[in-house]
Amino acid sequence: MLKHRVIPCLLLRNGGLVKTLKFADAKYVGDPINAIRIFNDKEVDELMVLDITASKEKKEPNYALIEQFASECFMPLSYGGGIKNMEQAQRLFNSGIEKICLQTSVLDDLSLVKNLSDKWGSSSILVSIDVKKNWLGHPKLYSSATGKILDKKWIDFMLDAVKAGAGEIVLNAVDKDGTMKGMDTELIKEAAKILSVPLVAVGGAGSLADIKAAVDAGANAVSAGAFFVFQGPHRAVLITYPKYNELVQLLS
Amino acid sequence: MISIINYGLGNLNSIRNIIKKIGGESKIIDDVKDLKDAKKLILPGIGAFDHGMQFLNERGWINDLNEAVLVKKIPVLGICLGMQLMCKGSEEGVLPGLGWFDADVKRFRLAPDSSFKIPHMGWNAVNIKKPNPLIEDKGEEQRFYFVHSYHAVCNNPADELLSAVHGYEFTAAISHENIYATQFHPEKSHRFGMDLLKHFIAI
Repeated sequence: MLKHRVIPCLLLRNGGLVKTLKFADAKYVGDPINAIRIFNDKEVDELMVLDITASKEKKEPNYALIEQFASECFMPLSYGGGIKNMEQAQRLFNSGIEKICLQTSVLDDLSLVKNLSDKWGSSSILVSIDVKKNWLGHPKLYSSATGKILDKKWIDFMLDAVKAGAGEIVLNAVDKDGTMKGMDTELIKEAAKILSVPLVAVGGAGSLADIKAAVDAGANAVSAGAFFVFQGPHRAVLITYPKYNELVQLLS
Repeated sequence: MISIINYGLGNLNSIRNIIKKIGGESKIIDDVKDLKDAKKLILPGIGAFDHGMQFLNERGWINDLNEAVLVKKIPVLGICLGMQLMCKGSEEGVLPGLGWFDADVKRFRLAPDSSFKIPHMGWNAVNIKKPNPLIEDKGEEQRFYFVHSYHAVCNNPADELLSAVHGYEFTAAISHENIYATQFHPEKSHRFGMDLLKHFIAI
């Protein structure tokens, strides 16, 4: 039986590891290479690294650093942040990344998703969708690079992304990010019931019970940041990951 | 020394990294001429079937690969798309495969209302189908990382090396004489993949 994956999500800012709260207040967490080594030793299912300033500041991915990450990862590694064209994707794949994650460059035009998945296969291409509630409490498609809520419906964008060739959808509940107070299971349910490709749910996991709730809501994989890097009420930095048998028991 | 065939689509650095980690040696070969001295081969690959075959055709790899693998019988390991290319053909494409295995590649056939998703992506346990030099029964679950939408179907059941279950039982690895192939990515499967590759190095 395929296992539900539990994926630490690491955020990069200028080469350092940070963790955000509701996509803001980035707090420095430490050296990413050190963190990746620890996660590797803990035999995590997979790792996701997102550069949260690359698109915002129109910067190239930090290839040298990413290559270093890949050399430490004996599990799948996905990278997102600042990817706009095929050449960048080629460089990332060459450096040892398994999957690339797109958002900013494809919000208006999904042709890059199509071109990339035609060449590398859809399972190497993730589309990340950030959803934020508007003042009425309705979930809306959000652009993390501009900090704006968009007109397009998030569900339509998600289905279009799959049609264009996305092999996996990373669905992030912006309002839950970093809170560790539970995931948006309603949002997960809504996405899971119409998705034909795997769904990675992100945002709000603060306990194993939260991860289980997301899986029960239909997520194929759960990703979390704060849960794996913070410990205790004062958010002291400590890298942890559940034991394999714990996860099997929890999620089977 | 393991020669890793570069045909432009594989994640070659991951394979080099893990071989180095387990104390082996590898080099990436870009030119068919480098096949002459190769003692052991890895055929990696991600992406679409026809892209892979087209590349091997256009760069003139096929005759020399056949010579190295079928005549000289040097050990070869196919990974993911590399495994599929070793079959006779695939539902994903129109080009014929290398045909080293008497097997066809088919898309996962799941009921429309199935809760199983395609691609089959993530960690899955494998069942050992025959004694073999790559993987031994250690009495504990051995799991590997899979990413694929198509899987091989062996016409000769004796070729089936490992199976896994996703909706139904499918072939997760094949072997025939000196030819070995896994649908999953040993280079991304922690100590389970390291053990398998150590065994391949020891063949």
